[in-house]
Amino acid sequence: MTGRAAVHSCSLVLAHAPDLVRHGSKPARELAADADGLLASLTKALRSYDDALGYAPHQALIGNLRPEALRDVERPWWGHQTEPRADGPFGVIVDEVELYRRMEAADSFGLFKLDGSPAVDGGLTIEQAGRIAGSMAGAHDLDESLSAPVLLENLACKVTGALALERLLRTTGFPPEDVPYVIGSGEEAVGDRYQRGGGNLAKAIAEQAGCVNASGSDVKAFCCGPVHALVVAASLVAAGVYPNVVVVAGGSLAKLGMKFAGALRHGAPVLEDVLAGFAILVGPPGDGAPELRLDAIGRHRVGSGSAQQAVLEDLVVEPLERLGRGILDVDRYATELHDPEITEPAGAGNVPSRNYRLIGALAVRRGELPRDELDGFERTHGLPGFSPTQGHVASAVPWLPHGLTALRTGEIGSTMLLAKGSLFLGRMTELADGMSILLEPGKE
Amino acid sequence: MKLDGKKVIALGERDGVSGPAIAECVRSAGAEVVFLETECFV
Repeated sequence: MTGRAAVHSCSLVLAHAPDLVRHGSKPARELAADADGLLASLTKALRSYDDALGYAPHQALIGNLRPEALRDVERPWWGHQTEPRADGPFGVIVDEVELYRRMEAADSFGLFKLDGSPAVDGGLTIEQAGRIAGSMAGAHDLDESLSAPVLLENLACKVTGALALERLLRTTGFPPEDVPYVIGSGEEAVGDRYQRGGGNLAKAIAEQAGCVNASGSDVKAFCCGPVHALVVAASLVAAGVYPNVVVVAGGSLAKLGMKFAGALRHGAPVLEDVLAGFAILVGPPGDGAPELRLDAIGRHRVGSGSAQQAVLEDLVVEPLERLGRGILDVDRYATELHDPEITEPAGAGNVPSRNYRLIGALAVRRGELPRDELDGFERTHGLPGFSPTQGHVASAVPWLPHGLTALRTGEIGSTMLLAKGSLFLGRMTELADGMSILLEPGKE
Repeated sequence: MKLDGKKVIALGERDGVSGPAIAECVRSAGAEVVFLETECFV
């Protein structure tokens, strides 16, 4: 037991799923109410696989482009394609045919069928490139939790999580049978009518990736689930409970096409046509792996209130003060990294930019940053948004493999992962949530 | 803006100003909050 933990690798994957966009929550509701050709408009605005590959933020996600380099790519990024590569140093972008193939293979109950026949009895017809590919059936006539739309979401999450985990194990050479524990950090509610959200998709993902000696569990905290899970994983390793832990998450099918109306309004393509997934290998210090500072965890406390200043005091200021450091001592902050080309046409603004402005403003207020340098804080300490709006995936994680590289090469001396979760959406509290953790170069 | 005696609908945002923060602010100016919600736009 070292009392310390390090991040050895992180994989990020995308699965292009244009024909599943109509099954996203927002499009499905809008299409159900539509009588004037919305499906045709939506279909026309979907991207080809080549267009999705050539989209610069996706290339940044799989590591063929540095996120910072997006500042030099002319906007809109979707109108200025880069080299369309399916493979990168951090991950892969699979097409819909491959996604469907994996979904059929991963479905242990024969509910997702690629038999070319439409759905019957409450199932969902699944299309691919303008033809019927097959269907997703429900598993119970009266159980909403086992209905076809819910099971399709869960299966898509399982498959994209497994894709990321398989990729992580292949690129690191880490034997699947040596993984002892997997923590799921996605947001899907797996269960039936008696235990909606019962969970442990982690174990299903571990099974799919061949981790026969693994157990697992899920850590749920909306979009900040992954950072919570990373802290738990690091703690388990540091305490000597397990030699290694993998944090994993698949994509959110419900969020496909979430802001499609804004895209259609602005004549932009529907960029929310990809499912994302990631896997993070946490282990003991060594091999130069960047270390997680378990003595500098930031957590949004119940009594802190929901004002942004209070949230950021808890997540940024308090853990840094514990180390005797200031806000500017962190070289790079990774916060909500949502792609602004998705959020801006929908009127939601540039989310990462807004978060960096708030952190910078806090530094000004504390006298750590001159007011006239506030505008430059985002460039010097932040990142452009380059993640699809896949909830938990977008919260800091897309930076992680880039950050690991920058810490290993000595380009940066520290980076903070900072995620926020919207607990109030579940109507059980008006609270938000947040979690942060600092990473530094490995000492061994 | 005079808020005293006004009824207010407070719509907040997770990455901006939250609903409870808006409510606290307008209540202190004498307004009555008749609807309060925070949304997450991502």
